[in-house]
Amino acid sequence: MAKFHIPKSNRPVPLLEPRIAALTAVMFVIFGLVSVRLYYLQVLHHRENVELADRNRIRIQRVPAPRGLVFDRNHRPLVDTKPSFDAQLVPEDSDNLSLTIERLERYTGAGQIADKISDADDEGRPPYEPVTVAERLGWQQVVALEAHQLELPGVSLQITPARHYLYGELAAHLLGYVGEVTKNDLIQKADYHMGDEIGKFGLERVWESSLRGDAGGQEIEVDSVGRRLRVLKEIADKPGESIVMTIDLNLQQAAEQAMAGKNGAFVALDPRNGDVLAMVSHPAFDPDIFGGGVKASAWRELATDPNHPLQNRVIQGIYPPGSTFKIVDSIAGLEEGTLSPETAYHCPGGLWFGGREYHCWRHQGHGTIELHDAIVRSCDVYFYNVGEKLGVDRIAKWSNQLGLGIKTGIDLDHENPGTIPSSAWKLKRFHERWYPAETLSVAIGQGYVATTPLQMAQVAAQVANGGIRYRPQFVKYVEGLDGNIAKSYPPVIENRIKIDPDALEIVKDAMADVVNGAGGTAHRAHLDNVIVCGKTGTAQVVGSNAPVGESEAEDKTPEQFKDHAWFIAFAPKDHPTIAAACIIEHGGHGGSASAPVIHDVFQRYFQLNPPPPKPEIARVLEDASPSQ
Amino acid sequence: MAGGDRRFILHFDWTLFILVFALAGIGLVSVISASYAGAHRTLDPLVIRQLIWIAAGTVAMLIAVLVDYRALQAYAYPFYLLVIGLLIAVMISGHATGGSRRWINLGAFHLEPSELAKLAVVLVMVRYLRADPPKGGWGLRHLIIPFILLGIPAALVLKQPDLGTGLILVLITLTLIFVSGLNLRTMLVLAMAAMLVAPLSWHYLKPYQRQRLVSFINPQADPLGSGYHIIQSEIAIGAGGPFGKGFLKGTQARLNFLPEQSTDFIFAVFAEEFGLAGALVLLTLYAGVIARGAWIARHARDRFGALLAVGLTAIVFWQVAVNIGMATGMLPVVGITLPLVSYGGSSLIAMMAAMGILISINIRRYLF
Repeated sequence: MAKFHIPKSNRPVPLLEPRIAALTAVMFVIFGLVSVRLYYLQVLHHRENVELADRNRIRIQRVPAPRGLVFDRNHRPLVDTKPSFDAQLVPEDSDNLSLTIERLERYTGAGQIADKISDADDEGRPPYEPVTVAERLGWQQVVALEAHQLELPGVSLQITPARHYLYGELAAHLLGYVGEVTKNDLIQKADYHMGDEIGKFGLERVWESSLRGDAGGQEIEVDSVGRRLRVLKEIADKPGESIVMTIDLNLQQAAEQAMAGKNGAFVALDPRNGDVLAMVSHPAFDPDIFGGGVKASAWRELATDPNHPLQNRVIQGIYPPGSTFKIVDSIAGLEEGTLSPETAYHCPGGLWFGGREYHCWRHQGHGTIELHDAIVRSCDVYFYNVGEKLGVDRIAKWSNQLGLGIKTGIDLDHENPGTIPSSAWKLKRFHERWYPAETLSVAIGQGYVATTPLQMAQVAAQVANGGIRYRPQFVKYVEGLDGNIAKSYPPVIENRIKIDPDALEIVKDAMADVVNGAGGTAHRAHLDNVIVCGKTGTAQVVGSNAPVGESEAEDKTPEQFKDHAWFIAFAPKDHPTIAAACIIEHGGHGGSASAPVIHDVFQRYFQLNPPPPKPEIARVLEDASPSQ
Repeated sequence: MAGGDRRFILHFDWTLFILVFALAGIGLVSVISASYAGAHRTLDPLVIRQLIWIAAGTVAMLIAVLVDYRALQAYAYPFYLLVIGLLIAVMISGHATGGSRRWINLGAFHLEPSELAKLAVVLVMVRYLRADPPKGGWGLRHLIIPFILLGIPAALVLKQPDLGTGLILVLITLTLIFVSGLNLRTMLVLAMAAMLVAPLSWHYLKPYQRQRLVSFINPQADPLGSGYHIIQSEIAIGAGGPFGKGFLKGTQARLNFLPEQSTDFIFAVFAEEFGLAGALVLLTLYAGVIARGAWIARHARDRFGALLAVGLTAIVFWQVAVNIGMATGMLPVVGITLPLVSYGGSSLIAMMAAMGILISINIRRYLF
């Protein structure tokens, strides 16, 4: 053992030893002080601490801030908050929970309170946390609760600001809705608490940080059964900021009315800056049902509805653009030089290509026609030829330039970019080369082509404004609590294409004649005081028996196989201030189903925003008036 | 290597080993209490995770025992640089919780590099101070490098902001400098400088940190806000009384410390349920670890081992002192875990590894 004996003096740490000893002594002294402190708290002041802990508990009650309001462009309120009286129950504070629940159900007429308690329990909510068991109580119920307070240990009345959508379903997909935070939200967002409301969809979700505000709180002394004894301290909440939207309430109402009872989408933009003036997706839903915890059955009903009311068809619905795509072909052909206004093709009612006949919607044919008439009368054969000359890749290039096949960048979730096929796209998607025959269906907006209504409204807006693609925006500014603009959203230019003004004028003239000229397909969009330009289209529904091309004949196809009806338009022809797209699902054809919607909205728009009287129109009106 | 050597078993530090598991056991019991939500509910996932981390910590501890601690000298700087890198990574892309960025999300595990920073600072500090000081002890000019070595990680954790860990880094550095032989005059100069700097640092504190200091002096000034934790923690501990309310019978701690009841305020949970008696047992166990650490330091075979033992022991001591001091209202609230007891993987594994290194130093005092 001697081998291992190390004499003390040989240790390597002689200098360290006294200091280690001193340090250890200091440490033990500090531990001694801690023990004294513990004795002080746990023995000398035990009694009063027990009293504080058991008899008079201090509860922190968060008071959520009222969310900011939402206004239309003229500062008319669309969404506000109103006080909601909710009953809360702290399970731990009730000695006989089932009796309390029974009484509560009797006094409020509310049901499933026991379920709500056990649901909260399953979510891991501790028994000392209040659970909201009955919402939006009426005055009678509130009075009943107050009168029976003593029989209801653990029950308290909470006044919370609840979201209220003043016009029900109006613009539901834009406004979105709010709901209670989920567990997942709580993990990701530190400053949210169980039971808080959070924007779930649409504007409510995207502008959550502005709308939310800061919660306040109360420190409340409660007795052993959870009755409030007094408020010890209060922190004021800070309400959320308000949002002023670009949509016009009157116009939105007109659009909703025009779309009533139809499935489909409508959107109107200001071609001068990308403002969304109105946006409708039908069927819609009532955002009010989500507030204060959506009822499971109501949610299931919405989520499983075969008509998909929760889908925003304006940005998520993708449809073949049909003949509205001929506008894109025309711009592409004119710009690439493969097409001139004088280019003429003969339409005998169809075209033979690659051993197969491609029909024109007009079986008897259009004869020999030039570009203007081909657009006005929507001749398929003419555009088969235009498409063949261009080739799919040049069509794709110009489609992309105009914003098709890419997201518009609107501040809404789940936007679908749609599809614009090209030879590279097909190779990547199907590992197959592009067949020239496929270009023919692309040229008339069928085949693989898929676009959203918002994208087609942008096409109309670009024709209207000379080729500037603005990002669609539906919020003008965020209004601070002081009433000043806290954040504004100036127009964002996504792309600017150089289109020869003369070429564009040809397209515009033709679109004007689609609505106003002889042989045009959209007379129903005609307005007396304004020149409306437009283009109809028919999106073929898979399974439809109708021939390729635009079928203008009303048939007896069953509803679900009926084609979707498109119409895109802008007005007035010179200095346009509104552009729009509308699709009616299974509406048949654009001229009869969608054009009237745009007619109604445009009519309302020009009532609200009278067009400056153009000299020639003024003259016409003057000439007309004496004779009446 | 000691493999197969009988002395390895003979000198294995069973005392420290048992103390570590006794503390981890108390931690587990406290985490069960803190996450308890009613008799009908199953074990909280928190408890299961804590068990997994104790197991992982045991593995880390045993590995640390097997490694010759002298090898750590070579790894001190690389490890230090790695931790600095991790702290920077946290700053850039860390997982934000409660307004501060402290974690790196590794999927199943959230790594908290500031826990590793304590070990890294101890290692580089000891690596630097292992040299014998000049006659009369370290002077100011010898402290430039240690202060730089402290300054970088301390600045990074303060930036998170993690005031608690920053404070611990400073305290362990000062402890090591003192023990390794700081000369007395320098000690006085440093103390005076600290007193001058303290009021200036007020300006660098975030408003909520200042608020905490104000609350500490007068908790009633802001009972709903920052004074809240102190008041509630004191009530919980005091309500525990001499013998406590009993396991799972505490209500005050569970009721109110929602965000940090299983980490920074775990002591309040334990003291409410097990009273003064339980708290004194806990303090005694820590005192045992500290006494054992000091003994190992005094008997270490080389200066590096001795200082390393002091540094590791200092981590335990300062964290216990600050954590309990804060829970009992003796110190302002800064976030700091109770070693081996608080819920949390990074903290537990780092601490158990540290205990393994202590045992390794003890085993090898006769081996060369």
